Formats: sequence, structure tokens, C-alpha cells
Amino acid sequence: MVYHEDENGYVNTECDETEETRTEVEQAATFDRARFLKKLGSTVFASLLVPAVFKDQFSAKANDPAETAPEFPILPEPTEDEDILVRMMRDVQRAMKKPVDQRKWSMVIDLRKCIGCHSCTISCASENKLPEGVIYRPVMEEEIGTYPHVSKRFIPRPCMQCEEPPCVDACPVNATWIRKDGIVEIDYKQCIGCRYCITACPYGSRVFDSGFSYMDGLASKGEAYLSPEGAIVYEKAPAYEYGKKMPREDHQSPIGNVRKCHFCLHRIEKGLLPQCTVSCIGRATFFGDANDPESLVTELIGKPNIMVLKEEMGTRPKVYYLV
Amino acid sequence: MAQVRNKREGLFWFLAIACFAIGLIGIYDRLVNGHVNANYGSYIPWGLWVAAYIYMIGLSAGAFVMSSLVYVFKVEKFKKIGKLSLLVALATLVGALVTIWMDLGHMGRAWRLMLKTNFMSVMGWMVWLYSAYFILLIVELWLAMRSDLVKCSRESGLRGKICNFLLFGNKDDSPERQAKSARLLTILGTIGIPLAIAFHGSVGAIFGVVGARPYWHSGLTPIIFLVGAFLSGGALLAFIAANWAPNKGTEEHRSMIALLGKIILAMLALDVLLEYAEITVGLWQSVPEEAESLKLILFGDYWWVFWFVHVGLGVVVPALLLIFNGKSVRAVAIAGALIAVTFLAVRLNIVLPGLSVPEMEGLLHAYSSRGLTFDYFPSVSEWLVFIWSVSLAGLIFLLGKTYLPILDDKEAKGLN
Repeated sequence: MVYHEDENGYVNTECDETEETRTEVEQAATFDRARFLKKLGSTVFASLLVPAVFKDQFSAKANDPAETAPEFPILPEPTEDEDILVRMMRDVQRAMKKPVDQRKWSMVIDLRKCIGCHSCTISCASENKLPEGVIYRPVMEEEIGTYPHVSKRFIPRPCMQCEEPPCVDACPVNATWIRKDGIVEIDYKQCIGCRYCITACPYGSRVFDSGFSYMDGLASKGEAYLSPEGAIVYEKAPAYEYGKKMPREDHQSPIGNVRKCHFCLHRIEKGLLPQCTVSCIGRATFFGDANDPESLVTELIGKPNIMVLKEEMGTRPKVYYLV
Repeated sequence: MAQVRNKREGLFWFLAIACFAIGLIGIYDRLVNGHVNANYGSYIPWGLWVAAYIYMIGLSAGAFVMSSLVYVFKVEKFKKIGKLSLLVALATLVGALVTIWMDLGHMGRAWRLMLKTNFMSVMGWMVWLYSAYFILLIVELWLAMRSDLVKCSRESGLRGKICNFLLFGNKDDSPERQAKSARLLTILGTIGIPLAIAFHGSVGAIFGVVGARPYWHSGLTPIIFLVGAFLSGGALLAFIAANWAPNKGTEEHRSMIALLGKIILAMLALDVLLEYAEITVGLWQSVPEEAESLKLILFGDYWWVFWFVHVGLGVVVPALLLIFNGKSVRAVAIAGALIAVTFLAVRLNIVLPGLSVPEMEGLLHAYSSRGLTFDYFPSVSEWLVFIWSVSLAGLIFLLGKTYLPILDDKEAKGLN
């Protein structure tokens, strides 16, 4: 593991704050925005084991370490055998320094490396606080052959962030569009929830937030085998998709909206990788800027064994598969 | 005769009010709990309500086109049911719009459809077209009633008051004024025909343009929608005209209903032809997903909806009635009611099979969660809301024909 020089200082701080965060999260409702962002940021970085801090959100306190902190996580000097996650973070940070319209966020998934652990599915749900009925990146499983001569293929399916997305033209109220960096965004405050875009997506990438809760139908507090408190904290915690705080309240967006994967835009913009990419234990998911000739994804997209799903639809996905 | 009529009338009122009251439970559930108790979700995003919407909007478009036979093509035989068909078109349109409103994830944002329209989206076009159609329908109905409003405004009681109010203070009913109304009606009706076709065609095109769903993705889809609309709307009108036309009991009425019977029989034949083309071409397996959807319709879990409800009760029985007993008012009324009611099965068989085939193989088992399933059967709440909106349309019709001079007839005096 490679750490930056001042790693100890950071790690200590991180640990302290994580402890705090845990107790704080239980009373998430009482949080003020700035403090919560700070805590959340710390938690995220701690989980990454990469020292980093946010810059602009909380300049209120004079002795705040954030004030002196860099914009993006500090990365070690490049080495020959460094983890590709570090290289891809460097790719992301390089891209973030370019104007937004020169970035082209793309993902490559190496199906030969995917072991079907579904970690990406779950970490994505956790990152975006996805409720029951909403999933951004399921892993499809295909079984080939008959027992005992069976092999399995696993195909993670995020949003393809198409260059010609049929969903965008379907939306009757302009609530979804392609951003300059290529990510197909949904504005939860504008979406009326007609679900036409869901029918238009050839990949099934768009889902409807019916307002379900994982707690529905469970035994009430006291009767339950397991304490439901933790689950309630999870269910009520706000999501930070598109960098906006979205608490989960009845009849409020994102309930009643169409939702989908956004390449963890809120993370990318802080110089981090999408959660599915960092949580991939087989290092099968690659992410970066396809407009950057030096990025890892550009290198991979140039391989002859690259493919996209349903190429015949003419949607021109920005999620590629290595086969 | 009059007693039988009153009994039947009472039954319809009872049914409409009872269904309205029961349906309110569904409305309450929808408004308080949102979409939690609905069975549509992420993989089957559209369910009974969307099917009900295209069903009722088809009834509306069909009834409207029948009214144009009176106001545009001046078909003398249907003169007596011009206003009736406009009222049917209006009532079913309101029912349809209320249903699709309930279907929205955020009902409070429905205004965005008008003010933030994306004209790249067929749905954006549809909203503008049906708004225009809605306005045109109301103006046309008012113009068609105007002469009779003047007469009935002299009555005492609630009906007189309503008629008086709807005249907005102008009680002029001179022949010039009547001629002006008639001219305007012709113009509006003439605009109305392409508008109704464009608007219901666009409802069909919403499905037709979706390349991701091979079963929907066909140039035939909007055409089938239109023919289905003319068929179901005409059939509903035949049933209503058989029961409530102002000239009921006369020879004129009998021959009018017989002609309506012939029209719906022709429409039925055309509809069957188009369905036959769609099913047989699709089953050829050139596009496996499309064949998959068609197999679901023909042999899937809900095969009986197609074979029993649609083909049996919606095609074979009415066709036999119309072919062998087409001169009988009762037979045409039963045939019309059967076609109109069972047409919901056709609409369900458009919406659901297109969605029930996973877009990606393996999606079904990739993640298990509520709403992430390709099985769908409407929940109790969904049925209740559906019943409510249908009974709402029914009540609008019953109230309209009671309190508005829909059935007033200048020539047949004394008949009410």
C-alpha cells in the first residue's frame, strides 16, 4: 500500500471523524448541511483509504483542515506497479482540470475479470442510498452449457451513458439530457415520473422509485429479530446524486422519479472514481476520460476485443466491454 | 316501456355512483401512499392505468369521429346523436386524462407537460394535441347545444339554471345566429377530424417509436390504435345511442342503429385484419423479442385475455350478432357494449407484452427486489382507481345528458 507522507496525520483524523460520523448519522435529520458534508466526505475517503478532503463546502471554521486542503485527493508519485485504481484516479483528476466539454467519461468492463461477486451492485446501492425497487448496476448472469459442463458469464450493466440516448428524446418535459461531459443526467426536480424513458431504454437501465422501503413488511421494532434502527438510518439518509442533497421524504423527489446510474458524478467531480470501480475486487471495471489519449480507458477502448451492448440500436454507449 | 327504461337508467346511475364511491378508496390510497401499493415498477413501468388511458382516449377519439359524420359530412341519419357523441367523447376524455394523471410520479408537476414541453418527444406532441382537442371538444359541444340551451333556459329548476348560465347572457337564437353556429361547427368539426387522428395517432406513435420494444416498434402501431379507436368508440356510441338516442322507438332510430351496426362491423373486420397482419408477421421470428411478446399474448399466462375476452367476447360474439341480427336494436346494443368493454383487453395486450420481455437477457435474475420483476397483474388499488375513473366518465355522461340539452330534439317535440 502506498501512502502519502502526511498519511498518519490524515488517517488519525479520518478515524476520529468516522467514529463521530457513526454516532452523528444516527441523528442524520438534525445535521446542518455543511457539517454533514464534511462528515460524509471523511467517511467516503476513509473507505477509500486514500487521504483526501473537500475544499469549498466548509470554509466557515478557521482551524478547519479543509481550508488548507487540496481540491482533489493527493495521490502518490506514479510507480511501475501501482494499483490501477490510483492510475485511474490520476486520469480522473487530469480530466477534471480540463473544460467540461472536453471530457468524455467512459467505462470499460473486462468480462474476463468479472467474477460475479455483485460488489459493484451493492456498493452502488450503498453509495446512492438506493431504496427497494431501485438498482443502478445489476450484474446479469448467463449460464452456458449443461451440468457438469457449465460455465458462467457475468455482465455488469450500468447506464450506458449513450451518445445517442433514446431516453432523452422520450422525455416530454426536458428533465433529462446529455451533459457536456457525456453523462446522461436526470433532474429529479423536473421529472414528472411518466416513465416513458424507462420504456425507451434498450438496456433496462432506468428504474422507477415507487417509494418502496426495505423495511416494508418487516416485523416492527421490538418484535424484529434484528434491530431495525440501522436500516432506518440507511433508508432515511440523504443521497448526494448529482452533488445535490436529497433527503428521502414521503412524496418528495427522488420518490416518484425515474432514476439511473450517473457514473457517480458527485464523486468524479471531487476527483474520485465511481463507487462500482473502486469496489470491484477483480479490478474488472475501468473508468476515465476517453478524450484523454493517456488515460487507461482510452488504452483499453482501442483493443480489438472491445464491444458494446446492442450496438445495432445505434445508441453508441460509452460503456464498453472487453471480451 | 317507460318503466323498463327508468329501471335500466336507475341501474346505470346506481352502478356509476357505487363504483365511484368504491373507487375513492383507490384514489385515497394513491394520493396518500403514492405508488407503493401499485404493481407496476421499474421493469414493467406501465400497467393498468396506462392501458386504461389509451383505452378511454380511444373511445373518445372514436366517438368524436362519429360526431364528425354529423357536423362535417352531414350524414342525416346520425343527426340525432351528434350531441350525444360529443358528450361521450368528452366524458371518456376526462376519464382518460384523470387516469394518466394518477399514473404520474409527481402529479403536481403535470403542468410541465404544457409549459416545458420537449417537442422531440412524441409525448410532448401528444399533450399539446389532446389539449387542443379538449378545447375544441368543449367549444363544439357548446355550439351544438346552443340553440337548445336557449330553449331549456326558459325551464324552471336546476336544468334551466344550468342552461341559462351556459349561455353567458346571450339568449339570441335567431336563424342567423343558428346558421352562424352551424357554420362554426362545420369548421371546428373539419379541424377536429385531422386533430383527432393526429392526437390518437400520436398516442399510438408513443408506442410505435420505441425501438427498444420490438413489439411496439412498427409503423402499423399508430394505425392499429386509430382503427381500434374508431371501432371501440363507435361501438360504445352504438350502445349508448341504442339506449338513449332522442328518437328512440321510431323507425328512424332503428335504421340509424342498423347503420351504426354496419359501421362497427366494417371497423371490426378492418381491426381483425390489422391484428392478423401484426401477429402473423411478428410470429415469423425475424425479431425474436417481438415473437416473444406475441407468444405471451397468445400462449402466456394471460392467454385467456386474448382468446376469451378479446377474440371470443370482443370479436366473434359481436360479429355473429351484427352479421345475423344486425337490424335488431338490441343485438347492435349488445354487440356494441361487448366490443367497447372488452377493448380494454386489446389495450392491455398492447402495453404489457411489450414490457414483459426483458430488454437484456439475465436482467430478471440479476437483482431481486420489489418492482424489479417482469410479472405484472394490477393490484387492488390499481383496479379501484381504474373503476373510479371509468365511473367518473360514466357520471359525467349521465349528469350531462340529464342536466344539459343533449337529448333535446327540436323536431321531435315533447320527447325529452
